[in-house]
Amino acid sequence: MLRFFGFRLLRAAITIVMVVSFAFVVLRLSGDPAQIIMGADAPPEAIAAFRRAWGLEEPLWLQYFHYFGAILSGDLGRSMRDGRDAIALVVERIPATLALTVPALLIKLGLGIPAGITAALHRNSFIDRAVMMLAVAGFTVPSFVLGLLLVLVFAVQLGWLPSGGQESWRHAILPIVTMGVGGAAVLARFTRSAMLEVLGQPYIRTASAKGVPWRAVVWGHALPNAAIPTVTIIGFMVGSLIAGAVVVESVFSWPGVGRLLVVAVANRDLAVVQCILLLVAATMVTANLVVDLLYGALDPRLRQRTA
Amino acid sequence: MSEPLIALRGLTVDFGGAPALRGIDLAVAPGEALGLVGESGCGKSVTWLAALGLLPGRARIAGSVRLGGEELLGAPPALLDRVRGGRVAMIFQDPASSLNPVHRIGRQVAEALGLHRGLRGAAARAEARRLLDQVGIPDAGRRLDAYPHELSGGQSQRVMIAMALAGRPELLVADEPTTALDVTIQAQILDLLGALRRETGMALVLISHDLGVVSETCERVAVMYAGRIVEEAPVDRLFARPTHPYTQGLLGALPPLDGPRRPLAAIPGGVPEPNAMPPGCAFAPRCPHAAAACAAGVPAPVPIEPGHAAACLRAARELVPA
Repeated sequence: MLRFFGFRLLRAAITIVMVVSFAFVVLRLSGDPAQIIMGADAPPEAIAAFRRAWGLEEPLWLQYFHYFGAILSGDLGRSMRDGRDAIALVVERIPATLALTVPALLIKLGLGIPAGITAALHRNSFIDRAVMMLAVAGFTVPSFVLGLLLVLVFAVQLGWLPSGGQESWRHAILPIVTMGVGGAAVLARFTRSAMLEVLGQPYIRTASAKGVPWRAVVWGHALPNAAIPTVTIIGFMVGSLIAGAVVVESVFSWPGVGRLLVVAVANRDLAVVQCILLLVAATMVTANLVVDLLYGALDPRLRQRTA
Repeated sequence: MSEPLIALRGLTVDFGGAPALRGIDLAVAPGEALGLVGESGCGKSVTWLAALGLLPGRARIAGSVRLGGEELLGAPPALLDRVRGGRVAMIFQDPASSLNPVHRIGRQVAEALGLHRGLRGAAARAEARRLLDQVGIPDAGRRLDAYPHELSGGQSQRVMIAMALAGRPELLVADEPTTALDVTIQAQILDLLGALRRETGMALVLISHDLGVVSETCERVAVMYAGRIVEEAPVDRLFARPTHPYTQGLLGALPPLDGPRRPLAAIPGGVPEPNAMPPGCAFAPRCPHAAAACAAGVPAPVPIEPGHAAACLRAARELVPA
């Protein structure tokens, strides 16, 4: 168990290092922050001073080296725009993002899983076709289209809900629904196919053959097996709690981490972008680690192989 | 036969236009061991899955299955749940995947004990342990906490048998119980089934494609071909005087234990597709004795002597000497 955990932890660390390095390189290749932040017509001396102040003069490998040194000592740098600690800028946005993504996750789980199970249990029936049609629609329509559509109907036409901003809980409804519907659709499809796969297994027939009532076959024999593949997808969803709202936050002008990321990228605010990416990588990796542990709890075959 | 334990009458199964069973009449007496043989796809398994309501919903089933005084076809789920695992238990071909991989063995056996005998907790565990003992699983107490993937194929099948015995069934349907196991284990499982039948007095239906397996374990044999029973006889009688050309073909394909060596005779041709059945006798296209009359109508079973019947026009002719 300890070796299993240690191995996963090492893998997690390597993943984070790779994400951060990749971001570092790409950001620095994609434009000069001094130019962008100071403006195109800034005097050359000012730009040179800016570059000196932020250490952009140094060769890339040295910047990289310094950057990692700082991260290891807990310093994630400061925003080039207003000089505040990048980490503080990002952290203060997290509650706003979670206020959207956590309720959206609950919608995904509460709608997607029961819908998938129902569809599988009534395979090829009207219910199955209806659920799958909605699910295909739900996950093929991109969230910015769905978001705009909802704004058009509920804000512009009906005037029931505000179209953007963060003044009250009513402002959160449309963005939450936008995210929840798409995720529920994905989860419904996954749950359905996982259930169908399991329902076709010989042990389901065995359970019926020994007189287990169908309800108990579904709950006691099918669901615990179908949970194993479904947990993977839920893990991804949990992992994207912080980063998953970039598009929706932009559509609904919601001041969360996603919006901060868009603005910071546009401004080449290196420290802020890197801080967000580090956070995103860390949550994703943590979610994956939890999924790995859950696999072990759900599936005795995996528990033994990895223990 | 005295009052049968279970009687199938005119049982037909159709999977969306492809008939799998085309009228099965079969009865099992209390305590008897009946073998059901035929090549794969002939409907042996489907017969018993249909009788117990274990086929998927798209199968259309007609006819009658009577267990004692109760009709099972179209019976309410609650009645079927009481019968399955209670009065009639069934075990399957692939024991390793027939056990639920995420539940411990003990729990899976105890579930049947709870359903059919009301045993819970420690009482269920003690009885589960006794059952594992009875089917010959060593160290039964510890094995209760094992997961299916920790067992060999033979042990898995023993657990399946223990689970089947949990409801004290009057009939055990064993669907190719040894096909997935290697030969020495096969013999052990067959011996076990025979011994349990003697101990408990339950009837046994052994579904197999292997006439040899059936002849060792069963008293009576029904031979199936293309969704129908073509011959039914006591085992000795069937081996001594096979009447249906298909049965003769099956026996001809077995290597003789004594006597001179001879080439094994394969039956030429293949089984007809379910949606392309020949008119009349389904075996006629492969039959060495086929005549024009064979295509005219489906031959009914002809009693040759008490307990022996064959669905063949030649059998009918032989009975009426010219």
